[in-house]
Amino acid sequence: MEVGQLQRRFLEYTASLFNQGLLDAQFQQLQQLQDESNPDFVVEVVSLFFEDSEKLLNDLTIAIGQQTVDFKKVDAYVHQFKGSSSSIGAQRVRNACIAFRSFCEEQNTEACMRCLLQLKQEYSLVKDKLQDLFRLEQQIVEAGGAIPMLEY
Amino acid sequence: MAKKVKSSNKSKLSALVVDDDGVCRTVHCAFLRRHGFETSSVESGRQAVDLIRSGQKFDIIFMDIIMPEMNGVQATRALRAMGVKSMIVGIDCDLDYINEDFMQAGMDRVYEKPMTSEIAISVHQALLNNNIV
Repeated sequence: MEVGQLQRRFLEYTASLFNQGLLDAQFQQLQQLQDESNPDFVVEVVSLFFEDSEKLLNDLTIAIGQQTVDFKKVDAYVHQFKGSSSSIGAQRVRNACIAFRSFCEEQNTEACMRCLLQLKQEYSLVKDKLQDLFRLEQQIVEAGGAIPMLEY
Repeated sequence: MAKKVKSSNKSKLSALVVDDDGVCRTVHCAFLRRHGFETSSVESGRQAVDLIRSGQKFDIIFMDIIMPEMNGVQATRALRAMGVKSMIVGIDCDLDYINEDFMQAGMDRVYEKPMTSEIAISVHQALLNNNIV
């Protein structure tokens, strides 16, 4: 596929992620931080987010699975997840954290388990989409093109 | 409470980022570096206090609030008690639910996460403005 086509595909894909609410304006802010002195910034920080998130989801699964659930601990993990997801613009993950926190406050184990499932699904979805996006970027670079910026 | 920045010969302002989350530390530092700051980061309130007690000085400290062991409010109180005059900015999620008096603890400002260019520019400007007699 030639560069122009790849670039158009990339722009369309990026736009769809914003339209579906998977990413918000914060992600664009991160893209704007990327430059010649920091060419892989977005991929690097998103990769860090993936590592961070997988650990948090693991810790959450263990904490919710306890005989006696420590809701303060669960809430602390969700709070951290809310911070990291909002920092990179993973809007739906952040929103899933909001609901989760209110059930922690209620100490509702059943509801928290449902929230964790929801959170895992939202995370999985945005992870897949971002990996697709990075693959598209890679294809553009390999074809000798520049990554276009979506104008809002 | 924010320190007067003494000389405009100093090309960059210095920022310390305090946050127990690696993604947040990375993102906060990236915005701050883009907007004219030299950055350092630590993972806890305790590390921030120890670093500053050891003699390191910063024009501004970005302080996460909810952290294990020593939270951002406790760290801020400790720093003010040590005589630290740097600008201290609290930044975290769900500020309304955090039952603390941020200003009373010694914070100059608080922001809801995420860190943005607007925040970095605003604090940079505030620090420069303190230089105008």
